Amino acid sequence: MTDKAKGRIWQAFEEIRGQALKRWEALKDGKRPHLLVGTATCGRAAGALDVVKTLHDELERHKVEAKLTQVGCMGYCYAEPLVIIEKPGYPPICYGYVTPGIASRLVQDFLLGDDPCLEFALGALEENELIPSIFDQPRFKYETRVLLKNCGYIDPEDIYQYIANGGYGGLAKALAMGREGVIEEVKRSGLRGRGGAGFPTGEKWQICRQAAGEPKYVICNADEGDPGAFMDRAILESEPQSVIEGMIIAGYAVGAAKGYIYVRMEYPLAVERARTALKQAQDLGLLGDDILGSDFSFHAEVMRGSGAFVCGEETAMIRSMEGRRGMPRHRPPYPATHGLWGKPTLINNVKTLASVPQIIHRGAPWFASLGTEQSRGTAVFALAGKVLNTGLVEVPMGTSLRQLIFEVGGGIPKGKRFKAVQIGGPSGGCLPESLLDTAIDFDSLTDVGAMMGSGGMVVMDEDNCMVDAARYFLEFTQRESCGKCTMCRLGTRQMLDVLEDITKGKGKIEDIDLLIELGQDVKKGALCGLGKTAPNPILTTIRYFRDEYEVHIKEGRCPAHYCKELTAYYIIPEKCERSCDACVGSCSVEAISTGKRGIKIIDQEKCVKCGTCLEACPPQYDAIIRLSPKSLVPPSKK
Amino acid sequence: MTDEEERIRQTREILRGHGGERGKLIPILQEIQARFGYLPREAIKEIAKFMRITEIEVLGVATFYNQFRLNPPGKHPVKVCLGTACHMKGGVNILEAWERRLGIKPGQTTPDRQVSLERVACVGCCAMAPVSVVDEEVQGRVSPTRVDGILLSFELEKEKGEENSK
Repeated sequence: MTDKAKGRIWQAFEEIRGQALKRWEALKDGKRPHLLVGTATCGRAAGALDVVKTLHDELERHKVEAKLTQVGCMGYCYAEPLVIIEKPGYPPICYGYVTPGIASRLVQDFLLGDDPCLEFALGALEENELIPSIFDQPRFKYETRVLLKNCGYIDPEDIYQYIANGGYGGLAKALAMGREGVIEEVKRSGLRGRGGAGFPTGEKWQICRQAAGEPKYVICNADEGDPGAFMDRAILESEPQSVIEGMIIAGYAVGAAKGYIYVRMEYPLAVERARTALKQAQDLGLLGDDILGSDFSFHAEVMRGSGAFVCGEETAMIRSMEGRRGMPRHRPPYPATHGLWGKPTLINNVKTLASVPQIIHRGAPWFASLGTEQSRGTAVFALAGKVLNTGLVEVPMGTSLRQLIFEVGGGIPKGKRFKAVQIGGPSGGCLPESLLDTAIDFDSLTDVGAMMGSGGMVVMDEDNCMVDAARYFLEFTQRESCGKCTMCRLGTRQMLDVLEDITKGKGKIEDIDLLIELGQDVKKGALCGLGKTAPNPILTTIRYFRDEYEVHIKEGRCPAHYCKELTAYYIIPEKCERSCDACVGSCSVEAISTGKRGIKIIDQEKCVKCGTCLEACPPQYDAIIRLSPKSLVPPSKK
Repeated sequence: MTDEEERIRQTREILRGHGGERGKLIPILQEIQARFGYLPREAIKEIAKFMRITEIEVLGVATFYNQFRLNPPGKHPVKVCLGTACHMKGGVNILEAWERRLGIKPGQTTPDRQVSLERVACVGCCAMAPVSVVDEEVQGRVSPTRVDGILLSFELEKEKGEENSK
């Protein structure tokens, strides 16, 4: 490329950037307060849209001149709905658990008055002398935000805000670097695929670039099917432009003309925001014909999945985009050489593509300086289950599981004991306490039988049964098996039957070895990633929690009191307060009645073991317990 | 015009916006379902004719994917999330509560066509588990008693609607 052509690209970009900065400065002019509300799906589930409405109405009612912006997910999902207020003269303050009531107080007391309502604040977003900063919390010692840097701080439906914060600088630089230069830079960064398998991204790009066939395609895999994972949704809902910019750069590097973002249909908001973002990029000439005045043209659109987990597998995804049943095929040939419509197709995960713009913009050495020797960069996890700070976290690769769960995640709620952490969804494994010091990187996790996966991390405490956890994952993969290969279709079914027997107390001791044998065979014989990894949850739970399997089989007892067929709820007469009706009222199947002298009794025939009464019983009485095996329940004397 | 003819007319209208190439099959099915809430039999016939493939080919694709349904949904679609986090926090109890109260199984609609029940793998709101999606709106931290509350709100809405129409 001539210097003149490079100059044209930079000039075109600088023009757009100038506009973006002007708008950003006007927004943050320091004269009017600026309110940000997180309205990604998790925020909406907690009632964020009601908060937006209240804020809007209150601002209008009191004629407060302020700006109100809806932003994406800040990652502190446990404290949703979240509101950030930037009022001139104060540091930006983040408020959590905001209700419409609190929202109207924030307007009246803080914006009209001068009381920053610190009782609702999680903390300030920068160091200051007035109030403690949120970054003083232990989690921020470990967190390094690269992909989530702007999430929750910029408006996902305004491309200018993304550009004002460094966006599309990577694309302009890439276009000036040349295709080989971009691939070289990505290779040097050490970026590995964030979809789970960890294949070196630069290498994949190179293969696709060299493959013969036109046109070439780029697909962004946003079919985040792993139950328990929501990082890709959050990124698409909070900063869709970073994914699009990454996709355009990838398209440029491999010489593709067309891109698709394949989003699962369960994420309607992500679909909507991605579509808006594509349109805005197109309007600014960052997508479409002759991007930024270069001779590179690239078009992109959103494809919605149709609710089949197996379509997250790349060859199945391609089949589904071709209008057929989403069944995987044998690899090789890989999609990088034979993909969509038989043409070379580059498929990368959302997080992989979202990493690219910053790698190009800030340089490969910067990215390579994060993480470990073999796993560069950061890992984004969706932390869920029995952990205090559920939400999104981003830590450098190499951070230990213990740091992530106990320091960043805040540990286990209600003083319960940690039992296991499940990583990598239905393809991953359950790791016990003894392995908590394992480093989070591609290779260490594979060594202990789990895998990085796409980034779902579900924490389990003493109330979760490991046999049931294995059964749960297998039920999922079994249900989602496409049925093409025998090992997956029948093997997982057989394993599920055996596991179900065990959770019902009908297992035999030789079943455990049978499960291991079957599991290893399915791993070897299945066609695609779904089948090959389906036995992982079973194999790891047997490896680390074999005693739980044995107790289920030998004693008909579930140590976690989780398996319904082996557990009963019981009210201890001596502890029951008798005149309190909390449990009776809470039971939705009317299984609890009042017996002699006011003692409450559970009708074991009617009880559905939902556990509502256990939570309803006031803690000072603590009269309801769970017993396993069921035979421990004393015969009732009505 | 009968209902059936009307559905054929609307299907043709949707088809006019697409080319007949195979890659458009799933987007077309999605658009039809968005319009009717399900894939009517006559729409399947129209699609097959339009794309020059057999009806069974269209049905084969439609039934492979969880999204598509062949019978009309209820007025209030309920989707119970059974993702990992929801499962760990008692999602099964929530599903059972819906089943018990509605007297139907997942994939079915109540006889009065008011409520349809579905299970979904994960809606990605794991931090709010257990979750149910009611009328396309995500409800977080659902409990069996909350299920009763939501159903009561349907009842009230129905009564109100009946009063208004009187």
